[in-house]
Amino acid sequence: MITLAAVYLLTGLMFAAFSVLSALDRANARRWRNTLFWGLLSVCFLFGDRLTDAANGALAIGLALLAGLGALGLGKPATTTAQQREAGALKWGHWLFAPALAIPVVTLAGTLLLKEVVISGHPLIDPKQATWISLALGVLVAMAMCLVLFRPPLLAPLQEGRRLIDAIGWAAILPQALAALGAVFALAGVGQVIGDLASQAIPVDSRFAVVCAYTFGMAGFTILTGNGFAAFPVMTAGIGLPLIVHRFGGDPVIMGAIGMLSGFCGTLLTPMAANFNIVPVRLLELPDQYAVIKAQWPTAAVLLIINTLLMYGLVFRF
Amino acid sequence: MEPIIHLSPIFTLIGIGVIVAGFLARLNPLLVVTLAALVTGLIAGHSPYEVVSTFGKAFNQNRFVTAVWLLLPVIGLLEREGLQQQARRLIASIRAATTGRLLMAYFVFRQLTAALGLISIAGQAQTVRPLIAPMAEGAAETRLKVVTEPMRRTIRAFSAATDNTAVFFGEDIFLAVASIAVITGVMNAEGIHVQPLQLAVWAMPTAACALVVHFARLVLLDRRLKRMSDEAEAGQ
Repeated sequence: MITLAAVYLLTGLMFAAFSVLSALDRANARRWRNTLFWGLLSVCFLFGDRLTDAANGALAIGLALLAGLGALGLGKPATTTAQQREAGALKWGHWLFAPALAIPVVTLAGTLLLKEVVISGHPLIDPKQATWISLALGVLVAMAMCLVLFRPPLLAPLQEGRRLIDAIGWAAILPQALAALGAVFALAGVGQVIGDLASQAIPVDSRFAVVCAYTFGMAGFTILTGNGFAAFPVMTAGIGLPLIVHRFGGDPVIMGAIGMLSGFCGTLLTPMAANFNIVPVRLLELPDQYAVIKAQWPTAAVLLIINTLLMYGLVFRF
Repeated sequence: MEPIIHLSPIFTLIGIGVIVAGFLARLNPLLVVTLAALVTGLIAGHSPYEVVSTFGKAFNQNRFVTAVWLLLPVIGLLEREGLQQQARRLIASIRAATTGRLLMAYFVFRQLTAALGLISIAGQAQTVRPLIAPMAEGAAETRLKVVTEPMRRTIRAFSAATDNTAVFFGEDIFLAVASIAVITGVMNAEGIHVQPLQLAVWAMPTAACALVVHFARLVLLDRRLKRMSDEAEAGQ
């Protein structure tokens, strides 16, 4: 059976290659720091399941220290010039879109179909991880198409990948570190503390005040922790169910649906939701770390108000 | 195990204080997040070994978030052969295209596919960097006389924002998405039985409002880009 372990092996080998190529890149003044950073990350992917939890923790802390105390460098792998790319666009035309579109097509087909494939009694892939395995498969198919179509130099895929990963830098593992932070928050009971504080602080005699406390509480909690899924159980148990549902007779379905979407307004506003708000800043090479949040905040603020009014208008009516 | 220090639970919020202070001071977010985890765990009375183990275990279990970078060699190869340039040429050939209208079309595509559960077919790395952002910039280059660097940054930031907004307010219409599972799980634990379909229905008003609000902002974006372009031209 193919599991996530195969995807991790592939990813680990890729980061190992980035590490080796960084070491050989004399144009990068900080090449040893990059070598170590991508090397440690590859260890995490290749051997993470065989290491103790504490060793994995030490690895994560090592990565944070490497990135945080002095910056990673920017590798300068060989690539094409702007003129060569214009020429490439003319030469290949719409064929350039074919591998890019193959990734979602294969991901979708794999997610739907591969789950059902059984070979001599064993499923071909782990059904719970079908999306990630199919995505990796899509990448392999797209890579094969690129190699056949463009016949690039042997190292070009890895060098071009390194060009992009160096542009993303430390932000590449920030979402993973935030997920780990969420586990420590759960261990320490941070969510419960925030929920208790919020439920003590609100006036309980006004329907509108209670709805506001719930929607704005969902958004605020999500801004602080970066995760609407962590906010929902705490806010719902602390404010939503005791006040909106039990005291004022609101509908739990409407409250839950719009409450979660109020949390998503918070997700648009916080650097803690790194894969949405910080990673694209690096991917798009924007100098302002908060550029994406600044583009999103008016939408988020208006939608939070709309959500509050929607909930107030609907939750007591059905 | 006997806690090392005894503090009121309220002090665990110091970890959140570390995050806020760290982000405001613009320290490296990876370092800030790691520090906040260690501080929170220690203040809650757990031993350093326990805290590092919890952090490491979850870090290891969540590797799939980082495995998405497997995409990079393919995206890089396509860029090397001229994908971004071709995306620009394609959009330049569509006469009605403006930056705002292109992003509206992408918003609809992304919200509809997310509502069908097809969330990972597009995204910041898959589509925004290689296709949507260059197309949005290309539309501005074709339609406007001058495209300055600040205009390009605005366009790229809006491209990323369009992807996020469309997915967030589309995915809850799909029944099998994680957030619906969270809602039904919490409600079931409280003895309230909730059908995913009902939740999906009540996600629709907000989804429609998100589309209207974001479209209005994209109309304003087109006007703002036109104004910035005119000003840059007048200043030359």
